[in-house]
Amino acid sequence: MDETDAAAAEPRRTRAAASDRLLATVIREESARIVAALTRWLGSLDLAEESAAEAIEEAVRQWRTRGVPPNPGAWLTQAARHNALDRLRREKRYREKLTLLADPAEIEPLTGTGEVDERLPLLFGCCHPAISPDAQLALTLRAICGLTTPQIARATLTPESTVAQRIVRAKRKIGAAGIPLRIPEGSERAARLDIVLTVVSVMYSEAHLVAGGDAGADRDLADDALWLARVVALELPREAEAQGLLALLLFHRAREGARAVDGELVLLADQDRSRWDRRMIAEAQVVLEKAAMLRRPGRWQLHAAIAACHSDTRDGGDTDWLQVLTLYDMLLAYDRSPIVRLNRTVALAEVDGPQAALNEVDALRPALTGYHLWHAVRARMLRLLGRRDEAMAADLRALELTANDAERRLLEARVQC
Amino acid sequence: MSQYAILIYEDPAYYETLPPEGWGAVVEAHNEFTKGVVEHGGSITGGEALKPVTTALTIKVGKVTDGPFVESKEVLLGYYTVEARDLDHAIELAKLAPATGGGVELRPLHDPSSPL
Repeated sequence: MDETDAAAAEPRRTRAAASDRLLATVIREESARIVAALTRWLGSLDLAEESAAEAIEEAVRQWRTRGVPPNPGAWLTQAARHNALDRLRREKRYREKLTLLADPAEIEPLTGTGEVDERLPLLFGCCHPAISPDAQLALTLRAICGLTTPQIARATLTPESTVAQRIVRAKRKIGAAGIPLRIPEGSERAARLDIVLTVVSVMYSEAHLVAGGDAGADRDLADDALWLARVVALELPREAEAQGLLALLLFHRAREGARAVDGELVLLADQDRSRWDRRMIAEAQVVLEKAAMLRRPGRWQLHAAIAACHSDTRDGGDTDWLQVLTLYDMLLAYDRSPIVRLNRTVALAEVDGPQAALNEVDALRPALTGYHLWHAVRARMLRLLGRRDEAMAADLRALELTANDAERRLLEARVQC
Repeated sequence: MSQYAILIYEDPAYYETLPPEGWGAVVEAHNEFTKGVVEHGGSITGGEALKPVTTALTIKVGKVTDGPFVESKEVLLGYYTVEARDLDHAIELAKLAPATGGGVELRPLHDPSSPL
């Protein structure tokens, strides 16, 4: 069913005032396509992105009260194109460029034409290693997911001016340094895809940092991350790691209803399994199986396989820890980051006992001494060993270091008992 | 096509401790680079090797002082300018540049005719 049919089928919805969630969904579908098409037309991502962002702001204002028009993609494209021409006329430095531009009518086929999806080349450009990780995330949220700068600021707990500056610098760099908007081929491809997948994964974890954190975020980055993981997995069906990340995020999202209950965090072992989204878990399993059939293992698939082990449990005591530990050992071949090694110690404690786990935790002290969860995991091992006073001290240190209110309440409860 | 500078930063100690026969290998590595750039579809438009950093002096607001502008373990020892299709192509070429005693910095060259 194309957009016109959808509009005809639901005429009432399109005229009624639109909720912010609906607006986010509609805008997200269109944003990257419009930025990509305008960039091709204008030869400047900076100008294209700015014009699209302005159109999105106009759309949010109008659609909130008047409802979403029958063809939102065309509406946004028209508005963005208008903004771009306006800027070109207004600014002297662009005037010469104006005469060189193709007739805007020539860029008409923007949506639903079945041609190559231009969103992915744009995404690879936004996640180019020449751009800092913070800016990769901010630019992806704006150009690909269609968030406004204030929304990004609220969702990532970063000052608005910092976000704006990161985006401007990143866009200028793409133009000035000649960063191509293209999916790399050959030997570079795997490394570049991993950066894209890392940005999507960070987007998802940012949402968790904010969740229960009493922040005034009006947009759930976890939704955006899941959406983007799906786009990448669908567009690159032969890339096993892209499927792996989608599976991972689906497994995590499926547990969300049990993880945060009334704004309070619940640890995996204590989560009420009946609150897990079984349909989403089933989808994650299908995606992970599809990835495995491509026979190109990698860290995202292993992360997803670990998440799958937890999703198979009926309660916390039911976990196949040997399997989890084996997967973590395989994961170390791809990712030896201190965080992965710390998470592995939880499985290690179940298989080889808390002393073996504590030794490994202590070996990570130099890298993770400023990380609250290192102290929390250490407290857990000390408590299992009956070293209560030291466990209490470690929990208190974790409490001092955490910035998230929901995590703080969880740790406070532990210190009090 | 755009122009990029490949700035070679290395630890001077690497060359100070290099045995005489090592120099032949360094020259050979730079010849290989020159050929490699062409084989990878780029072209070299310029480049020079600098005399040792011990010969550097710095001038700020008319005041002359001894030493390089920035003191660091690895110093600018030479550069190439190359023509490449885009940044990814330039990165491909820069990876070929010999800099065993350090690494390279890649910088797009400013084109005065395009203000954008």
